[in-house]
Amino acid sequence: MSAVTAEDHDHHDHGPAKGLLRWVITTNHKDIGTLYLLFALLMFFVGGTMALIIRAELFEPGMQFVNPQFFNSMTTMHALVMVFGAVMPAFVGLANWMIPMMIGAPDMALPRMNNMSFWMLVAGILLLASTLLMEGGAPASGWTLYPPLVLQTGTALPFAIFSVHLLGISSIMGAINIIATIFNMRAPAMSLMKMPLFVWTWLITAFLLIAIMPVFAGAVTMLLTDRFFDTSFFNAAGGGDPVLYQHIFWFFGHPEVYVMILPTFGVASTIIPVFARKPLFGYASMVYATAAIAFLSFIVWAHHMFTVGMPIAGELYFMYATMLIAIPTAVKIFNWTATMWKGAMTFETPMLFSIAFVVLFTIGGFTGLMMALAPVDFQYHDTYFIVAHFHYTLVPASVFILMAAGYFWLPKWTGNMYDEKLAKLHFWLSAISVNILFFPQHFLGLAGMPRRIPDYAVQFADWNMISSIGAFIYGPSQLIFAYIVYKTIKGGTGEKVTGEVWEGAKEQSLEWTLSSPPPYHTFTTPPKDVPTMSTSR
Amino acid sequence: MIKAKQFSAVLTLMAFGPGSAHADYTLNLMKGVTQLSNDVYDLHMLALWICVFVGIGVFGTMFYSIYYHRKSMGHKAEQFHENTTVEIIWTIIPTIILIAMAIPATKTMLEMNSTEEAEMSIKITGWQWKWEYDYLDNDIHFFSSLDEASNKARQKNSGIDPRDVPHYLLNVDKPLVIPVNTKIRFLFTAADVIHSWWVPDLGWKKDTVPGFINESWTYVEKAGTYRGQCAELCGKDHGFMPIVVIAKEKADYDAWVVEQSGLATAEENAAEKEWDSEELIAKGEKVYANNCASCHMEDGAGIAGTFPAIKGSAIVKGELKEQVNLMLKGKGMMPAFGQMLSAVDFAAVSTFIRNGLGNSVGDSVQPSEIKILQSERVSEEDGED
Ligand SMILES: [Cu+2]
Repeated sequence: MSAVTAEDHDHHDHGPAKGLLRWVITTNHKDIGTLYLLFALLMFFVGGTMALIIRAELFEPGMQFVNPQFFNSMTTMHALVMVFGAVMPAFVGLANWMIPMMIGAPDMALPRMNNMSFWMLVAGILLLASTLLMEGGAPASGWTLYPPLVLQTGTALPFAIFSVHLLGISSIMGAINIIATIFNMRAPAMSLMKMPLFVWTWLITAFLLIAIMPVFAGAVTMLLTDRFFDTSFFNAAGGGDPVLYQHIFWFFGHPEVYVMILPTFGVASTIIPVFARKPLFGYASMVYATAAIAFLSFIVWAHHMFTVGMPIAGELYFMYATMLIAIPTAVKIFNWTATMWKGAMTFETPMLFSIAFVVLFTIGGFTGLMMALAPVDFQYHDTYFIVAHFHYTLVPASVFILMAAGYFWLPKWTGNMYDEKLAKLHFWLSAISVNILFFPQHFLGLAGMPRRIPDYAVQFADWNMISSIGAFIYGPSQLIFAYIVYKTIKGGTGEKVTGEVWEGAKEQSLEWTLSSPPPYHTFTTPPKDVPTMSTSR
Repeated sequence: MIKAKQFSAVLTLMAFGPGSAHADYTLNLMKGVTQLSNDVYDLHMLALWICVFVGIGVFGTMFYSIYYHRKSMGHKAEQFHENTTVEIIWTIIPTIILIAMAIPATKTMLEMNSTEEAEMSIKITGWQWKWEYDYLDNDIHFFSSLDEASNKARQKNSGIDPRDVPHYLLNVDKPLVIPVNTKIRFLFTAADVIHSWWVPDLGWKKDTVPGFINESWTYVEKAGTYRGQCAELCGKDHGFMPIVVIAKEKADYDAWVVEQSGLATAEENAAEKEWDSEELIAKGEKVYANNCASCHMEDGAGIAGTFPAIKGSAIVKGELKEQVNLMLKGKGMMPAFGQMLSAVDFAAVSTFIRNGLGNSVGDSVQPSEIKILQSERVSEEDGED
């Protein structure tokens, strides 16, 4: 009996199932990580295409390509696809690949649930995309889905709501899995304060997700019953309040934007020390700052609603609370700068994207601080100034760091080196065009251009044209990244990389102690020692 | 030609930076025309300069390090990390800066909030997609929507260059008129979805929420015309519901008030008189273009699946009462036009759609008939309650 079991077990260990079915039924964290990352990349291009439709219409004043209703569908779907289809899944993909390898675990704690949460994500996004073909068009009320406007959506409304439910369940399962893995599967030598910062930021993010996803699901369910079952949660005529929805939504929505930025901080804190050849300056303060930002994210939501008609006490409270976020955020930026200080820096593509992230995210942070001032937000709110702000914190921040992560770990994942020259071209095109794209939007907002409009007064024409030119350089430039990823998987430059890949990386984190590419199953026995260069020692 | 000109202006702007091109644009927030808007501007500049100052410090340090602490320059990495003194200092300095910003911000916030001692009140109601103004101290009441010239030019592929339209998308048929040197209280609400009333020169915007009332105030010192837009996404034509405020010297304002009561009487007389069908159709065509064409299309063909066609519509060709009731009450995305259109406009557009756009019912609808149907509708609604 026991002999048979052992043989079975051995057979199991050889590697993945053959053929396409491997990708459907896989429970391997590396396979699922790959699925998440490729799906996210695909959605990045889908959401990006929608953005280009928006920028094409805004290239000039007057309506040229789409009708206003479809334009609103595009802004709505662009946001939903980018948030739920591209950025979040990309970070879950990184978590899948990296967390087990960083903490010395053989796999995620709940491998079957892992598979299920990926396929539920695909189902959710497909359901969402299908609304584009429905009578009355896709949702067009903005990704915030404010009532009463969202209740005017046609056939698409219940489908969009169910897709939010699916995406929410998928995220919650992913988060549970990450928490269970981090708490139960660390190598014995890895205490919490020896975990790489990427693991820490994801642990905190996972708690945020579990706290907020049910809130969002609840809010959209109330929309569903208001529309179909005669409830009046958000209908004043029935004793409800449309603004109540906004409070619930932003209680979800504000932490949600941190779900997209905290893992970004984690990756940046992983990459910068490697290329500065130094320990991360303040590991403990980075952990505490992350926790502080996560906590604050729950008590500042109404700064998205300063103009909605809140009592003065509310305006002042949310202003002060929001301003506080600047402190832990500043601590992080100072930390990255101090990590670079007196290092021995080299500028491979992951480092270039990380430096651009620190600089451009800081600009997004500055505008964030400005709009925290409630009375000034009465001017900024719902203008292109806001659009510029959150795109600075998402595109040259989260998306740049995702690109950095791709270049940083691709050699580890594939065993092949990517084409550094092409990657640098990708970086410089992206870094320049992203600023041509988004910086002028600050001017547009300050000059008085509202957001979410398909056409505009002629004094906004010049900066809109420049912004669109930036978009038409930035968008296609990202195809270079897709090409580099493809080439690297297929063999890259032909140069085989070592396990360490980057000079001194072994001192920074466990994954570099493995071979490149790592075997299908890694750390079946936990490592004895863990690197502590950039953690508490 | 103009397009090419703009494109070259844009290229100069990109190559040589602001100040080089002769284009019409602004970079910064406007100061506005009230004390409050000036305070908001000062606060904005304070925050901006603090950010610039901090940015120079942080980016300066970073770029110094990037230049001098490179491996290729032979720099050896030092292995220091964690320094409590440094960490305390860089936590305390931002805290002090934040307090310095919070104090003036609190002052301005309190000022913005105090609507007491207003000398007059105007109620503003947001509709899809126009504004309703109600002067609560006298009987002036009207709707204000996008002007005809902009409306024509903004239709898809209209062939009209927006640059040729004066104040494209920032002009209305009937502006809000206010007196200068008067503290005016605004009350905001909405009829359908949430909108937001924003005139940058006044220094703020305020959301209009259906079923709730918000307040704000202004005190304009300089006579002039100030333009703004709806700032909260409110559906298809969110981009096409501008706001124009004309601030007049007090004497001019009083004259305007007198003129308004005259207009109201004239409108009442027009509703009494018998109209012939050519007059109605001619007027109706304009009303249609301004109120209906953006959904049902200029030729009445609608958009399949979203906006029903008027051309050949069974409701339009059927009984007048049913058609009028639908227009009065609205349905789904179709707004209720009951209060938005005067009896004359209502009759005119009804006549137009029944006898134009490929329909030929052959009747003409009189304003007096509409008035009767309007009152029946009101009593039916009362019955429903
Ligand atoms: Cu509106």
